[in-house]
Amino acid sequence: MNLIRRKFVKSTAFLSVGATLVGSGLLIPRRALAAYAKDAFAARDVEGAISGSLGSSNYSASDAVKLKAPDIAENGAVVPVTVSSSMGNVDAISIVATSNPGPLTSTYQLSSACEPFISTRIKMAKTGDVIAVVKADGKLYSATKEVKVTIGGCGG
Amino acid sequence: MATIKIRAKAKDGVTTVKALISHPMESGQRKDSKTGKLIPGHYVTEVTAEHNGNQVMSANWAGGISKNPYLSFKFTGAAPGDSIKISWVDNMGKNDSAEAKIK
Repeated sequence: MNLIRRKFVKSTAFLSVGATLVGSGLLIPRRALAAYAKDAFAARDVEGAISGSLGSSNYSASDAVKLKAPDIAENGAVVPVTVSSSMGNVDAISIVATSNPGPLTSTYQLSSACEPFISTRIKMAKTGDVIAVVKADGKLYSATKEVKVTIGGCGG
Repeated sequence: MATIKIRAKAKDGVTTVKALISHPMESGQRKDSKTGKLIPGHYVTEVTAEHNGNQVMSANWAGGISKNPYLSFKFTGAAPGDSIKISWVDNMGKNDSAEAKIK
């Protein structure tokens, strides 16, 4: 009788451990998806900003990514940036301003219904490159453009 | 207090959504010119867009986005009259959402 009870306790203990493992295993990726990309925004380098927001910092320049930004921004506080792509299956886009103290300005998760298009306005601390990184089929492609920021807004 | 303005237009099967949010987007890096102290950061961290209740786009932002942020994106599969809902949350836990009909 005791032996059977022992077995029963053992097996249930084993089962419950398994259940918690599966439960937490299911919970972790869901939480990661919904979580705010805090580390990526805290990163002070471009690699950290890109890998933190898109999972890898291994990106290559591509003509299929279009980045529209002004050559000269008179006001660094408002720099209009538009990212689009001719690629399919784009599921994420990040916009990085290399000269900012925290280079990552924003990152976007696109559902399958979305067209690869994002337009917004970013802040730029000083003259530097804006990098748009697009994630398509799990790979990263980028487009870079230098934006000159004129301090004082005199357009010089 | 409506802080979000939405314009959404469907054309040839593609819906273009444009949104303006009223928010200070204080980066937390600026100093007060009088006291020399850092102004605490106050910025939108997450923006989500739903089409008829299904999430189509979500954005993570920080202080690197301009004050009174503008956001535009495009998606397919919507018809005029459908609803589009945009919500935001900021780093101080404030939030707002607004709904509009696609034209």
